[in-house]
Order: sequence, then structure tokens, then C-alpha cells
Amino acid sequence: MTGKQKVSAIINGELAEFLCEPHQSLLECLRDILGLTGAKEGCNDGNCGACSVLLDGRLVNSCLVLGVEIEGREVTTIEGLAGWQGLHPLQQAFIAEDALQCGYCTPGMLMAGKALLDRNPNPTEAEIRTWLSGNLCRCTGYDKIVRAVRSASKRMTEVV
Amino acid sequence: MRPFDYQAPATVDEAIAALAAKGERARPLAGGTDILVQLRQGRFELDLLVDLKRIPELLAIGYDPDTGLTIGAAVSCAVLAEHPDVRTHYPGLLDAASIIGGTAIQGRATLGGNLCNAAPSGDSIAAMMVLGARAVVAGPSGRREVPVASFCTAPGKTVLQKGELVVALKIPAPQPHTGARYLRFIPRGEMDIAVAGAGAWVALTADATRITNARIALAAVAPTPLNVPEASAALVGHAPGEDVFAQAAALASEAATPIHDTRGTTPQRRHLVAVLVRRALQGAVKRAMANEAPGQEAQR
Repeated sequence: MTGKQKVSAIINGELAEFLCEPHQSLLECLRDILGLTGAKEGCNDGNCGACSVLLDGRLVNSCLVLGVEIEGREVTTIEGLAGWQGLHPLQQAFIAEDALQCGYCTPGMLMAGKALLDRNPNPTEAEIRTWLSGNLCRCTGYDKIVRAVRSASKRMTEVV
Repeated sequence: MRPFDYQAPATVDEAIAALAAKGERARPLAGGTDILVQLRQGRFELDLLVDLKRIPELLAIGYDPDTGLTIGAAVSCAVLAEHPDVRTHYPGLLDAASIIGGTAIQGRATLGGNLCNAAPSGDSIAAMMVLGARAVVAGPSGRREVPVASFCTAPGKTVLQKGELVVALKIPAPQPHTGARYLRFIPRGEMDIAVAGAGAWVALTADATRITNARIALAAVAPTPLNVPEASAALVGHAPGEDVFAQAAALASEAATPIHDTRGTTPQRRHLVAVLVRRALQGAVKRAMANEAPGQEAQR
């Protein structure tokens, strides 16, 4: 029974092939096998959002996905958010608005923010708060995070 | 997590064969938002998880104005909530599907999984019950349909037999002058388990002066999501209004057998049932009055 399985997936735009046990979560695979330690382990049961990544463009908790499930799929982690031109507008806005203190929730917040702006480029404050409800932050009190997402949204829609 | 095997079959028959071969030691994997947590907590051990998300039938959503909605058991709540026909014709279902967990949970969680997890608090179960939903069950001896209202038998227990899985949920086509609403109470806005929940569905006469049929179901206040036929019966034949809503709410509150735990006390839950049933009825009637002839725009 069990044994390692080979998984091929597109991770941050590049083909990644790795071996993992079927019971290993995507979070474990990203951090311990692939060395992508941006996604964080918080609660490890889908409550805190620190491990948020995009799976085929959709926000998921990587602690609640098995590594073997991503065969043939596309995953985007915080490591794939900034492009060759530099930081993503959300990352710039988080810095400008001081939307982080300890930083542990930040990769998850940014991925959740990206998933929101991909679908809804100009969200209201209420929409941002609801969308980010699965991402916990114990430092900021959320206001600065919400402001940062709003300011990134404004900047990104102005450019277009 | 204790190691287990993983298979991702491409057909329902292969999934049934894999599940039947392992009996209690195998389970289907849909969104994984319950089962992976339970496995990690060591609540039970498995030898095999059978991933349903490579089976096209289980990922499909079909809508027909005559026969209604068919939702593959592995369709995530997020995908469901983006479907234009679901948004137009089944707002009462979206009330529940869009409040399960937060964004990332909804990206994975499924109605099939919510039903099979059989939690007393399952938000979508009560919502599906009032809509008259049926679960399509496939197993070694073929297919059968089970009303969602009689699917859960105890906390975490269902009517599923060895080798059986839910492949789809079927919800009847919405009729003119009908409406549904699901509401729940939690201490915070999102990301919590219902302290109490209530779903209501009503059918009105064309002039909206009388209720011709109704269904009420409750969540988190009994060992399974609870159908309350006596509350529904109290509504039929009456004009929709606060007096008759209050009567149905009182009957639902009496029918509830809530436990006392960290989420809420027994008296609080009984009180919440009455409030939620009244508000769900108000919402359902409002939708029924707005819902003149739902089939028409689909036919155009």
C-alpha cells in the first residue's frame, strides 16, 4: 500500500514534476518538496487561509488539497505573483499602506486579493471584507489590508 | 495524516468498483474540506481515497426549464454560484452554497460532500430539502434516487450502502409563484458553523393572496437536518403574512430538539429557529411574488 506517486503540474507558469505520498497535502509538497515556502502553515485545517494558493485560477487552501490532486493542473503561489516587471500592484499596495506586521498571513492575503481582483476588478469595501473572510490576520486589524486591496484595485483599473 | 492510497478514476463504474472493493476502508473525495480535516484529526482511518473530480458527469451542471437542475456531486460551491441558470432560478440554493466557509473553502466544497458528510448543521442540506431535491446514488446494483430529506440518518450517517456514491443532485424546475430562502445564524459574518439555520419554500396563488404549498427545514437543531411538515401545513391555505408566519415559526421551534454546546444553548437555538423561520418565510414569499413565470426567459 501507498508509496510515492509522480505528479506533473504547472506551478507558477513552469512545468514541475515531483514525487509525493498520496496523503501529503499540496502545502507540504510546495514547502517541503518543491522549496516554495511562501505559502504558510497556520491552522492546517482550512480556517486561517495562510496557505492560500490558486488552483486553476481559483482560491483554495493548499492544506486541504492533496499533492496528488494537482496532476495536470495549474497552481499559482505567492512566488509566482510578481512578474519580470517587478512586484504586483497588490504587493506594492501592501507595502505602501503598511498592510502587514508579522507577515505570516501576507502571502495568503495577497493570493486571496489576486483571486478577487481577477474576478471583480473594482470591488467595494464590503466585497473585499467578505472575500477575505477566510484569511485571518492577528496583527493589523484588517483595515490596512482592505485599504491596500482597494488601492491596488484603483491603480489596476486606472491603467486599463 | 496516516498514509492511504489514492485513485482518480475517469468513470462512475470504476469509482464504484474501487469503493466496493475496500468497503468501510475507502471513501470518495470530492472537495476534501471535511474529509481531509477528519483524516488529519484521526477521527477514522482509510486505506483508499477515491477522487471524484476526474469524472466528467460529476463536474457537470445541467439546467432544463422542464426537468430542472442537475448538479454533479463534485461541483464546487464557487462554480455553482457562477452558473447563470443557478443564479437566475435557484437563489434559495445559492443562499446556502455561498455561505459555506469562506472563499477558499467554496472553491473546493461541494453540495454532494456537504450532503454525504451529514452534519446536522449542513447549510445546503436544509436548503436542498425545501427545494425538493433528490440525490442520484450510483452503486454496484445500479442507480437509485433518494430524496435529500431522507438521506441523512444520524450525525455523519447516511443511507449510502457499500460501494455507493452520490453522483448528482437533482432539483425540480422552479414553478411560477414559488420562492425559497435559506438563512442561518452565526456569531460572526462568515467562516463559521450554523448555530441554527432555516430554509423555507412557498408556492402562492397567481394573485399572491394564498399559500398553496410550503416546506420548512431546519439546520443545527436536531441530529439531522430536520423537515418540519407541521409548520408547512400551518401555512397552506392562508394568506402570506406575519400571523401565519409566526404560527409556523412557533411550530418549527417546538419541533427542534437542539443540543446545548459551545456554539449555543438549547433555549437560544429554539429562539433562533423561530426568528429564522419567520425571516426565511418573508424572503421566500418576496421571491415568489417576484417570480412570475421563471421558464419564460429561458425559452426565449
